[in-house]
Order: sequence, then structure tokens, then C-alpha cells
Amino acid sequence: MGYFLQQLINGATLGMIYGLIAIGYTMVYGIIGMINFAHGEIFMIGAFISIITFLTLGLVGMGWVPLALLVMLLTTMLLTSVYGWALERLAYRPLRHSPRLAALITAIGMSIFLQNYVQLVQGARVKPMQPLISGGFRLLKGGDFVVNLSYLQILIILLTVVLMIVFTLMINRTAFGRAQRACQQDLGMAALIGVDVDRTISLTFVTGATLASVAGLMFLLNYGVIDFYIGFLAGIKAFTAAVLGGIGSLPGAMLGGLLIGLIESFWSAYFTVEYKDVAAYTILVLVLIFRPTGLLGKPDIEKV
Amino acid sequence: MSAHVTDKPLLTVEHLTMRFGGLVAIDDVSFQALDREITAIIGPNGAGKTTVFNCLTGFYKPTVGRLTLHHPSKGDFLLERMEGFDIPQHARVARTFQNIRLFPAMSVLENLIVAQHNDLMRASGYTFYGLIGLKGYKRAEERAVDRARHWLDRIGLTKQADWNAGNLSYGDQRRLEIARAMCTQPVLLCLDEPAAGLNPRESADLNKLLLAIREDEGIGVLLIEHHMDVVMGISDHIVVLDYGRKISDGTPEFVRNDTAVIRAYLGEEEEEELPPEVAKDLKPN
Repeated sequence: MGYFLQQLINGATLGMIYGLIAIGYTMVYGIIGMINFAHGEIFMIGAFISIITFLTLGLVGMGWVPLALLVMLLTTMLLTSVYGWALERLAYRPLRHSPRLAALITAIGMSIFLQNYVQLVQGARVKPMQPLISGGFRLLKGGDFVVNLSYLQILIILLTVVLMIVFTLMINRTAFGRAQRACQQDLGMAALIGVDVDRTISLTFVTGATLASVAGLMFLLNYGVIDFYIGFLAGIKAFTAAVLGGIGSLPGAMLGGLLIGLIESFWSAYFTVEYKDVAAYTILVLVLIFRPTGLLGKPDIEKV
Repeated sequence: MSAHVTDKPLLTVEHLTMRFGGLVAIDDVSFQALDREITAIIGPNGAGKTTVFNCLTGFYKPTVGRLTLHHPSKGDFLLERMEGFDIPQHARVARTFQNIRLFPAMSVLENLIVAQHNDLMRASGYTFYGLIGLKGYKRAEERAVDRARHWLDRIGLTKQADWNAGNLSYGDQRRLEIARAMCTQPVLLCLDEPAAGLNPRESADLNKLLLAIREDEGIGVLLIEHHMDVVMGISDHIVVLDYGRKISDGTPEFVRNDTAVIRAYLGEEEEEELPPEVAKDLKPN
């Protein structure tokens, strides 16, 4: 029982990180029908900007943890969103009217480019960071097993919930959110009622990158080591999560992320750690066979 | 009703030509639409009517020609040089489609509010004031909701405001599409077959709505329509296209009796009597 609970907590934490990245995939797919394969790299850059900010803060001698965390969060959100904006502006917008395959290949190219760019600038070795937040609650003591809920896990879950609330409000209540949904349903018609489609797409990339950067910060705090390659695996997992939840559906992305996190954590706990990625992808294959629209996705009705 | 309320031109189309490869969809068409008038564009299928609309709203860039919108307060706009989304935003031209293009997964009210996106976007400081609920934004949003409610009232859909637009009946969707176009506050409203698929009662309601829009809003309406009772009943001015060319242009009475129009719609008994340019078009290559 205790062991199960512990895996549940670990899996949920991991799921939050995947969910935040998955929203970027699902939003971009919803609006321009393209899988932005470079989104995992945006997440990785978010993690790198976080650690650079942390080290800079250490240099100027600011050691108070809550303030340091806040500065890291804001810096990485701001700078990573600039990367997201630039990615769309430079690599995808010129290809807006070309065949889908061209955009897809460009996305893969940008992914490789960003990986190599970080490897070149930051070096190939892993970057360790000492834990910023330690300690936590002991929830349960069953025999010789102790269930821990660390402060860090609480922070990750709370921050994700807050971001989700703000994000949902933005999509449902603001002019940008309405324009975003309108573009998702009919790009041409949205332009005809005066929505600046290019700007809406730009803002979509910026929003996705902002959420991914927070995931990057959480990954850094949770694992304590990052390298230029973390974006690949996390990106593929988050993409799996987006497909599992139903690509194009925002609650689906969060649900999918949570499920992938839980599957991974339970699989490593009860079966083998080596095959946890296989488990996640098996789920993806099964979903694609039996429910191609995902858990919360709507079937794509061909427009006449 | 008086045919000419004002004589101010709202739209001037000069030598409009649109070629798709070897196909000439529109061939040197010129006409004017006046302010506060309903101008109908009619013609057999494939005459190039919708292509004219697509050129006006930035979907196509015309091969040749000039499309000038004389905005009553903001001066002239050359539509053929403008980006697609600039045309509704600045030149204030709105349109509807032959096949309805609402946002089916948004509510009826939201369909009308999103049409006022630009005012709201400016008022919301590009989203951020909106998130923290600043007063200026709230006021702008109230204005937008008021305008949306006003139009819901006029098309009689107030009770269905919270429905998904996709769940409305066909006739209601058509009227909602017109209301949405009106919410962008256009000076020229382009309607592509608004009466298609409507029953006689809905069609009569539509006539009333269009006449009311012309009277109350003081804007110009450009109308593509096949239903002759709609066209003859409400238009002030009719332009007839056939095979991409203008064959007639005038008041409904004039067009109704024009032999070129009768020939295009009903055909000619003896081919020898066709004018040479029509005969050339009809001859198989």
C-alpha cells in the first residue's frame, strides 16, 4: 500500500511535467495542424536557462531560496518564450503555405539544430545542480517503508495547477483565447472577421514555450542533472501524452501527461525500469489502433 | 422604394480579370456598387460570381484590375493590395459563404464576440489586462456583448445564445453568419447565396433582414443569389455575369427585359443570331 502510494506521488509529479510540455504540442497542432518536433528542445532550453540563472544568482550572492526560485521561473519563462517566438517566426512562418511535409521536416531540422546549438555553446557534459529544496512530509509509515511527499513535489503539483487555471482562463475568457479557438476551428474564416492569424499563431507558440520552460525548470529541480539531450526523450513522451489525450484537446494533453507519468512510474516500480519507455510507447500504439482520436479528442470531420 | 438613396459609390471595380492558368474566370469586369444600396451579382453557374467575392476579400489576388473601396470616413482603400485580415479590419468589408462557415464548437454569443476581436484585443493590451481583469477591458467587453446581444435580438436567437453554433438549424446558422459579419461593423457586406437552402418563409425573413440592414445601418450590400424572387424583390441594382463577362448592368426592371440576360439564362433557338463574342464562348474547342 505504502509502495503504491509513493509511486502514485512520483508518477503524478512526473505527469505534471509531461502535461505542461504536451500542451505546447497540442495547441500548435490544433491551430496549424503541424507537429512541432522542436518543442522538446524548447523545454530543454528552458531547463538550461533556469540553471544559468541559478548560477548567475549564486555569483551575485543571492541565496534566499524562494526569491531565487521566483527569479529563475520568471527569467526562464521570459527568455524561453522568445525562443518559441523566434522558432515560429524564422522557421515555420515562411513555410505556412507549403505542403505539410516541408513544415514537418523543418521541425525535425530545428530540433537537431537546437540540440547542437546547446551542445556547442554549453558543452556536452551533464550539468549537475545541488538540490534547492529538500525535505518533505512523511505521510505514512508501513513497516519498514516510508511514504514521502517532498516539498519539491508539492511545489511542482501546485505550480502546475496554478498555471493550468491561468491558462484555462486565458483560453476561455480573453480575446486572445477566443481568437485562438476561432483559428483552431477555421483559420480562413478567422482572418475574414479580422483576426490577425499570424499574431495569434505567434502567441500560441509563445504560450506553449512558456509552459514548456516551466516544465524545464521543474525537471531541473526534480532530477538535478540536465544535458543537451533531455529534450528528445521528454519531447517524445509529451507528444505521446498529447496523442493519448487526444491531440488538439487541451484537457486531453494534461490528462495524457498525467497518465504517461503514472504508467512510467508504476511500470518501473512493479516491472522493470529498463522497459519503462517501452511501456509508454506500447500505450501509444494501442491508443492509435483502438482510439485514434485519443481519450478526449473529437473525431476529425472532413469539412465539405 | 427609391432606387437611389444616394449616388455615392462605395465600391468601384475596374477591369477586374482573374486567370487560373489558362482558365479565365473573370474577364475585364467593371461595375460600381453604391452606398446604402443592395447590389446583386447574378449569372448562371460558373459565371465567376464567387470569384469576384474572393478577389474583394483577399482570398485571391486579381490578375488584372483595381478594386477601390470608398470608405465613408477613412478614405479610399485599394483592396487588391491588402492582406486578407486587413480587409475586414481596416477597409471594413465583411462576407459570408455559400457553405456556412461558423465556428461550430463555439457558442452562438461567442461567434458574435470573436467578430469584434480587434477592438477587444486592443482594449485587453494583447491579453494581459484581460487576465487580471482591468476596468478598460471589462468595459470594452461589455460593449462587445451588448452589440452581440443586439444582433441576437434582431435575428431572433437570443434564447439560443449559449448553444453551440453547430447545433442551430440551417436557417438560423445562415442568419447567425450574417449577424457575425455585421458585428465586424462593415461598410460593405458581401453575401454569397444567403437564401440557398432556405424555405420560402425563412427566405422572406431574410429579405426583411437585408432591407433592415440597408435602412438602419446605412451600409452597402453586395449579394450573390440564384433565387430570383430575392434578387428582384430587394436589389436596387443588378450586375449580370456570364462566362466571366459582364453582360448587363442596371435596375431590376432593366435587367429583367435585357435580351442578353434572357439569352444567357434561357439559351437561344438559332445559334446564328448570337452576338459573336457569346457564340465564340459557346463553341466547343
